[in-house]
Amino acid sequence: MQFGLSESQEFLKDSARKFFVGECPSAEMRRLMETETAYDAALWSKLTDQGYTGIIYAEEYDGVGLGKVELMLLMEEAGRALLPGPFFSTVVLAGSVLDAVGSPAHKKKFLTPICRGEARATVAILETSASWNLRDVQLTAAHGKLTGEKLFVSDAGVADFILVVARNGVFIVDAKAKGLKISPMLGMDLTRKLYAVEFKDTPAEHLGPTTNLPRTFDIASAALAAELVGGMQRTLDLTVEYAKTRKQFGKPIGMFQAVQHQCADMYLETESSRSAVYYAGWALEESAPDASTAVSIAKMYASDAARTVGNRGIQIHGGMGFTWENDLHLYYRRAKASENAFGDATFHRERIASLVIDAPGVTERSA
Amino acid sequence: MDLKLTPEESSFRDELRAWLAKNAPKDWAEWREKPLEESFPYLRAWQRKLHDGGWAAVSWPKEYGGRSATLMQQSLFWEEMARVEAPPMANSLGLGLIGPTIVACGTEAQKKRFIPKILSAEEIWCQGFSEPNAGSDLAGLQTEAKLDGDHYIVNGQKVWTSYGWVGDWCELIVRTDSSAAKHKGLTAFLVDMKSPGVEVRPLRQMTGESEFNELFFRDVRVPAENILGKVNDGWNVAMSTLMYERGSYGARLQLTFNRYISRLIELARSVQRNGRPASEDPLIRQKLAQCSAEIEIMRFNQMRAFSRISATGVPGPEGSIQKIFWSELNQRLQQIAQELLGSYGQLLGGDPHAVDNGLWSYGYLRTRGNTIEAGTSEVQRNIIGHFVLGLPRSY
Repeated sequence: MQFGLSESQEFLKDSARKFFVGECPSAEMRRLMETETAYDAALWSKLTDQGYTGIIYAEEYDGVGLGKVELMLLMEEAGRALLPGPFFSTVVLAGSVLDAVGSPAHKKKFLTPICRGEARATVAILETSASWNLRDVQLTAAHGKLTGEKLFVSDAGVADFILVVARNGVFIVDAKAKGLKISPMLGMDLTRKLYAVEFKDTPAEHLGPTTNLPRTFDIASAALAAELVGGMQRTLDLTVEYAKTRKQFGKPIGMFQAVQHQCADMYLETESSRSAVYYAGWALEESAPDASTAVSIAKMYASDAARTVGNRGIQIHGGMGFTWENDLHLYYRRAKASENAFGDATFHRERIASLVIDAPGVTERSA
Repeated sequence: MDLKLTPEESSFRDELRAWLAKNAPKDWAEWREKPLEESFPYLRAWQRKLHDGGWAAVSWPKEYGGRSATLMQQSLFWEEMARVEAPPMANSLGLGLIGPTIVACGTEAQKKRFIPKILSAEEIWCQGFSEPNAGSDLAGLQTEAKLDGDHYIVNGQKVWTSYGWVGDWCELIVRTDSSAAKHKGLTAFLVDMKSPGVEVRPLRQMTGESEFNELFFRDVRVPAENILGKVNDGWNVAMSTLMYERGSYGARLQLTFNRYISRLIELARSVQRNGRPASEDPLIRQKLAQCSAEIEIMRFNQMRAFSRISATGVPGPEGSIQKIFWSELNQRLQQIAQELLGSYGQLLGGDPHAVDNGLWSYGYLRTRGNTIEAGTSEVQRNIIGHFVLGLPRSY
């Protein structure tokens, strides 16, 4: 039994970190967040060259065929750099829905271009109820057409096609389709844009049933939790650095226990989130019997931890932490958006309760 | 990353499981609640049985009577012990902390003299570290030893000594050079508790029991050959003992906590709240889920820490997150139990209305000690701040 990363996993994580530091430093991230879609074609083609756009998909669709633990590592590093744009929406979300729901023909047609870096995509899930419970989806396709509205659709403004979750299945809609209206929603996270998507007799192709969606939501939840871990690590690093250099009363503020102990708690929360995320990645990869519980544990814990780590980081930075020019608030904004996406901690605690309290035995351990 | 058991780990577990199925006592539940004074011979016999089977100190090197078990195997050992609800071993400090320290820092003669009797529970060990004026600031301890020919003469007082009342030997940290900086004038001794001048008094704690003792040393003569490590190097010896303490303890708690949460879930199904079982109350569900998730995270942290230690050989300062994590989690868990049980939660063992014979009222009080013993949460946060994050020392 070995919980540590293998040599090739270490290599992937390390090279991803170097890649993002080089290609998406803070200044570039800030430049992109000020643009309309936060998408940059040049950066996208570099992501593609690294194989990141096809990381977990089969080679027959021009993917790289790596596992979920590797995906967690990549997302952790992307989160550390606060990678702007539609990477999560396209690669993690739309990619895994296509992979789990689509036929081989669909995958050839839609997943292959994603892996090749030729297409951007997203998945439209939430409606006015803003409920992450699939039972609450109302939109229904009729005669190959959709009429209704989806909200909080990430990166729809730059998508070539949108996968739409409806009561009677998952549908695929071309971004240029008739009767499709995409308008921005002003979300807190400036690096991942949200949109309202309206359908009016919009032609939609049936991709498959919704049966396999929960597993794709698990992958998305774990990937977001991994991003949060990267964001927490960056917040912790910036804060510790600041606490070492900022002086008050003639001493570095990190010498004061009121500050130092908060840093220790940030470390505990970051590392514990990381453990939970790596385990979730492993459990997903192995289709372990406790995979869903593991994902909820990771998403629950990381959602709460990212917020408290952000709170502490901003507090320790004092006035500097409250300024626009400091990056902390950008991570803090992402943390809030990701906390809510695919269910916040309360949502996942209830899911854990239903798995652990209501159905004991289901969560039999895999390791 | 691969969390499946290796063939060696599987066969280790299977062998142990088979041995435990045959040898683990079935009547521990009857003894568990009794005072330690009464159950101690029982625990001693259990350890001897484990030792005869070669299971008393799996982590120790083979040449000293262990199995040179990897950390993962050690972790499996505690899991299996907890799975069958096996009793603890009598000489738990000797096996877990002091034995490994003797193996690491002791002379060949000391290893030969002490190790076999630690394993067989013939000699029980206690640990003389804390003093009335030296708790978190351990290096400020005042018990002193003065050289007199080939002996040292020890004077002073120790406190919070587990197993002091039954201890045959004590790993004692004392000051041997009062002119040196406080960390540099300490020496570790192996002291015979039957030496003239050693007095042991029970220390009654807030639960009403006396798990711990106060030790008094008045002109106690200790042969110089009983120095563990080098003269004035006692701080490093003590730190090596404490590392074992902080690193290994969490591993054993894993299944204890799982047993608690399973029981709490069971209780939640039987306790009524607003006209329905508490297990259907959204707030209780949130709390139970949070708690059970944190127990899992404690396990993941442990597995990760073990994997990391496997590479370096010794537990590192990361052990400090485990200490904070389990101690604070245990307190939260006990509070949930209290919320579930309401008025019944306060009932002590012996009351006919008490739930689980007072386990939860006891646990509620006992867990206050968790964030104090084995290094307070504040000290643990100092360790993370300074040694892990590289912040300037705050004290």
